[in-house]
Amino acid sequence: MSKHPINPRRAFLAAAGTGVAGLGFTVIAPGLHLMGVASNSNAAEARKAGTAASPTVRWGLLIDAGKCAPNCTKCIDACHRENGVNEKLPDPRQNSQWIRKIELVDRRAGKTAGRVTQLPMMCQHCAKPPCVDVCPTGASMKRADGIVLVDRHTCIGCRYCMMACPYKARSFVHAPLHDQNPEVPRGQGCVEACTLCVHRVDKGMQPACVESCPEGAMLFGDLNDPASAIAQRIASVPTTQVRADLRLDQGVRYQGI
Amino acid sequence: MLVSNSCQQERSFYLLAAAGALVSAIGVAAALYMEHSGHVVTGMNNQIVWGLPHVVAIFLIITASGVLNVASMGSVFGRALYKSRAPLSGLLGIAMMTGGLAVIMLDLGRADRGIVAATHVNLSSVFGWNMILYPVFYGLVAVYLWTLMERRMNRWSKAAGLATFVWRVVLTSGTGSIFAFLVARQAYGTALLAPMFIVMSFAWGLAVFIPVQAGMYASRGMTLPPLVHRRMKNLLATFVAAVLYLTAVLHLANAYFAKNIAFEHFILFDSEFSGMFWIGQVLIGSLLPLALLFNPATGTRVLWVNIAALLVIVGAYFQLYVFIVGGQSFPLDIFPGYEVKSSFFDGAVDHYTASLPEILLSLGGPGIAFTLTLIGARVLNFLPPHDDLAKLEAAGSITD
Amino acid sequence: MKLLRILVITLAALAAVSAAPTFAGGGSRTAEPTIEIANPGKCVAPADEMRRNHMDMLRHQRDRSLRQGIRGEAASLNACIECHASKKTGSVLGSNDNFCQGCHAYAAVKLDCFECHQPKAGFKAAGVKP
Repeated sequence: MSKHPINPRRAFLAAAGTGVAGLGFTVIAPGLHLMGVASNSNAAEARKAGTAASPTVRWGLLIDAGKCAPNCTKCIDACHRENGVNEKLPDPRQNSQWIRKIELVDRRAGKTAGRVTQLPMMCQHCAKPPCVDVCPTGASMKRADGIVLVDRHTCIGCRYCMMACPYKARSFVHAPLHDQNPEVPRGQGCVEACTLCVHRVDKGMQPACVESCPEGAMLFGDLNDPASAIAQRIASVPTTQVRADLRLDQGVRYQGI
Repeated sequence: MLVSNSCQQERSFYLLAAAGALVSAIGVAAALYMEHSGHVVTGMNNQIVWGLPHVVAIFLIITASGVLNVASMGSVFGRALYKSRAPLSGLLGIAMMTGGLAVIMLDLGRADRGIVAATHVNLSSVFGWNMILYPVFYGLVAVYLWTLMERRMNRWSKAAGLATFVWRVVLTSGTGSIFAFLVARQAYGTALLAPMFIVMSFAWGLAVFIPVQAGMYASRGMTLPPLVHRRMKNLLATFVAAVLYLTAVLHLANAYFAKNIAFEHFILFDSEFSGMFWIGQVLIGSLLPLALLFNPATGTRVLWVNIAALLVIVGAYFQLYVFIVGGQSFPLDIFPGYEVKSSFFDGAVDHYTASLPEILLSLGGPGIAFTLTLIGARVLNFLPPHDDLAKLEAAGSITD
Repeated sequence: MKLLRILVITLAALAAVSAAPTFAGGGSRTAEPTIEIANPGKCVAPADEMRRNHMDMLRHQRDRSLRQGIRGEAASLNACIECHASKKTGSVLGSNDNFCQGCHAYAAVKLDCFECHQPKAGFKAAGVKP
């Protein structure tokens, strides 16, 4: 069997073409990268199909507890509608809850005693998530852009992450499910939590809770982009992370507490 | 030395084996029901995520590791008295570990994903380490038993015993670390738990070994030499006292921190767990056995020592129940200094009641351990042979 | 030895007899799955390749979508369902005529996907824009 002799002209054209393409790409790549990241509004840009989440982006949420209205549950309703969370089990402590309103009453001595605040609480999307550390199969994971997720393909339902979470952010699905949103697969025996509406964020939309808040108390955006509204607000107003002493560096921040 | 089995013994063996197999089968059936219907049929929820099955499973796992102590004292520390008991200790270790692991794996939300658990290992997780620690444990104990029971391999028993001992310490420290590594829980999150689980394993392992040994002796019409009996009961008392000491240190240290006072007050004085702690764990599980073991009137009698050992086991159940369930019943302190309320039951103490499927699954664990021990002891020569007291005296194993 | 030889010959004969229809090409004794394909025609790959490889395509794809966040890839489970869901039940599950369930029931391979994934096409949680 004889091998085809290498055609020198073809080889030259192939090499030259590759070289030009590579050079060209190197020239425009920084621009593509910047275009992908740049944003001067709250909204995310839809990530191009076929591109992976990038660590240059860090999604975050800023919640103004001062604006959060008492007895309003629009964020919870929107979240559960969007993500198909609608179980009504006989024991309500077994129902999943991805976001909840917490009412806080200040019990510290002094002028602030008795003051009532409310705020929505959900997965804090920590940069150093304890739930990711303790997951035996690595199902609990942090995506490159900071969103903490549960890979339900590998989750074995051991609930160790629920023990580890300082914010009681996670829920366990106690019963078989049938009415899932096709974009938000969830099922019996796996653990779940707020996904920052990752299926919407990847399309350039806002999380459902942020969009639904009538008071505009929630702000979503890229913490790493100095031009984004959320980064600018964090730079100008004092904000806190809940249980900041744990040094988990959450993506969810609060002002007004 | 084989004792010929009478018709009566044959019948009682088959009866016991059938009973054990039935309890185990019911446990598995309960697990299948839970897997089919979901955990909605259990008393566990989004706040108390680990319940009765975990209490029983963790007891079996800790005790399985600890019961091998009897063998370690023989092989690793050269105490001839315990050397002859090493095979039985190995059998109990394997049987109880199997029972405990079965319960914990059957309670998983996706119990059908055992292969996924074995092939996707996150090494930053103690549970991930467990995927390696437990299989190797089985391998090491199997090899160890082989070196003990196959005469040609006896010279390797010291090495195998040492390897098993070291592995056990790592494994049980790991079990304690499951809780020690939880940063935000007031009940856990302390490094003290790793050594404490080791000492608990020593106490509970011996507390299980003593009655099992007594039962086997009784079924074969043999009597335990008073010397063996005395050494073991003194050792049990020492371990029980050590567990009591570490419990005191744990709670006192925890209560010293202002941030944990509310939790300690809840557990020790202001909840359903307080009674379990003081009466179950401290009185029944520690003080009463210590009194029985040290009192010359009771400590010299085999019956009372066995009762003391069984009381230690009862206390162990309460200790783990308070630790695991009580630790989760108290709400997470997400906003220190604030009183909180929400639709997700933030700030509220949760009450847990085990449901029937959970109880049946939990009973399946000891059922499996019992059945395996029974069949193993029948098939192979695990029973300690007649103790040659003269030889032990010559070996210097008798000092009092 | 004689008994062993008789046994081996009998087994071989039985094997040949039971395999004969397959070799004959008729397949008359072997039941085949009957599936109702809502939108027959071009799939992302030829049918033979899909039959053999769809599980690997989906498994590879799921990690790219979930862990790396890569969207819009060809082997999308939702796209399969949209195309292949039965016109009668609107789903890929429900009866052995339906696309996924038909072959999986025939081959006795348990379907794990739909514990979490929605098997019905065009299913909208209220208020959701696809």
